[in-house]
Amino acid sequence: MTYLLVIGTRKGLFTARSEDRRGWEVSGPHRLDAADYASMSAVYAVGINPHSGRVLAGAESSHFGPSVWYSDDRGRTWHEPEAAPIAFPEDTGASLTRAWQFAFGDDPDTVYAGVEPHALFRSSDGGLRFELVRALWDHPHRANWFPGAGGGAVHTILPGILGAGERTPGAVTVAMSTGGVYQTRDDGASWAPANRGISAVFLPDEEPEYGQCVHKVTAAPNGVLYAQNHHGVYRSADPAKEGWTSVETGLPTDFGFAVVAHPHRPETALNFPVVSQEVHLPPDDRLGVYRTEDGGVSWRPFTRGLPEDPYFGIVLRDGACTDGADVPGFYFGTRTGDVYAATDDDGRWHRVAEHLPDVLCVRATEV
Amino acid sequence: MRVTVHLPGLLRADADGAAHVPVEVEDGTALGGVLDALTVRYPGLDRRIRDERGQLRRYVNVFVDEDECRGAGGLSAPVHDGADVRVLPSVAGG
Repeated sequence: MTYLLVIGTRKGLFTARSEDRRGWEVSGPHRLDAADYASMSAVYAVGINPHSGRVLAGAESSHFGPSVWYSDDRGRTWHEPEAAPIAFPEDTGASLTRAWQFAFGDDPDTVYAGVEPHALFRSSDGGLRFELVRALWDHPHRANWFPGAGGGAVHTILPGILGAGERTPGAVTVAMSTGGVYQTRDDGASWAPANRGISAVFLPDEEPEYGQCVHKVTAAPNGVLYAQNHHGVYRSADPAKEGWTSVETGLPTDFGFAVVAHPHRPETALNFPVVSQEVHLPPDDRLGVYRTEDGGVSWRPFTRGLPEDPYFGIVLRDGACTDGADVPGFYFGTRTGDVYAATDDDGRWHRVAEHLPDVLCVRATEV
Repeated sequence: MRVTVHLPGLLRADADGAAHVPVEVEDGTALGGVLDALTVRYPGLDRRIRDERGQLRRYVNVFVDEDECRGAGGLSAPVHDGADVRVLPSVAGG
């Protein structure tokens, strides 16, 4: 079996391939466009379509703006649609800053894109052209969503997921910074906030209906959700009805960006703690990953194989992922350009790459 | 009237490799109209220069002869017959 890891960085797109997920062959930065300016761009979003294998990369050139590139040969060659794949309709008065997230529906052609400014787009042709999901854009709360330090965007999209239980056709959970968690049950026609229990330490009302700065939400295989918030780590089996429960006991800090659920064990997830909104450094200046195997009741360090020297690079919200394999692999990259992989049957981290540009996102799959 | 649009190396791939593109427009056409004419010829080029609102991207500068357009009316800047329109990446990147 071959495994593909796609790495989006502040300066271009890299890939890594491995047969055993111990040793990795890294290549890149890949050439996205003929002139190469996009190859030097920041790649904020990567998605691998589980149905078709198509890889999408959302990159932003500081000069020439954002776009979406795709590869149908697992990252070796890249193409860009002639028309802008994601563009705000004229009447919105908005323009795309960048794509932050791709997610895939139950059919091969449905692709979602979360973007900045706060909006959700949907494609019905595999990601060549996206259309704005109007009801979320027109939501009366939008006027009160504002950008955090990284910008204001929809950064989490979970198609078919509302909470514990079977996948629900027409359901989507999204999360945004700021704004919080919203859910639709009618294929995007209406949206409701689902943030009860999540704190907003930067607002006078610390538990508002919406407005939280949720950094990332991940879904366990049974639909239970874990959320890393702007201070606070939470779990919910049904955000709309039951709200969220704090599960940060045992973590060295309640702040962070990334959280990744195990693809097969509902009680297992990884967290990547960061010291506070002001500091943004790893706790104790050490690269650390924490793992729960009891649904967040407790967390233990999962650091075997990681550097023991002082370390100052953190993991951003899309800088960690799983490949979803039967024996799953987990991956993360840091802002100091190191990438690590671990598998469930090994229990230690292996370095995939070092000295890359700041890692913004990673996505992995079995090929 | 006829003007010449000069493209930076990074954008020439979007114009079939052309560095200098002659554009024919009606007399009195402003800069925005010149870019519109350029778009008809090279549909993929315009979105590097302008966003979907039609606004110039923040770090793209467009000069009409020696004048950066933002100081001369932006996309409404006047263009004369024989003008040189230069598209240049501004101070950004990193």
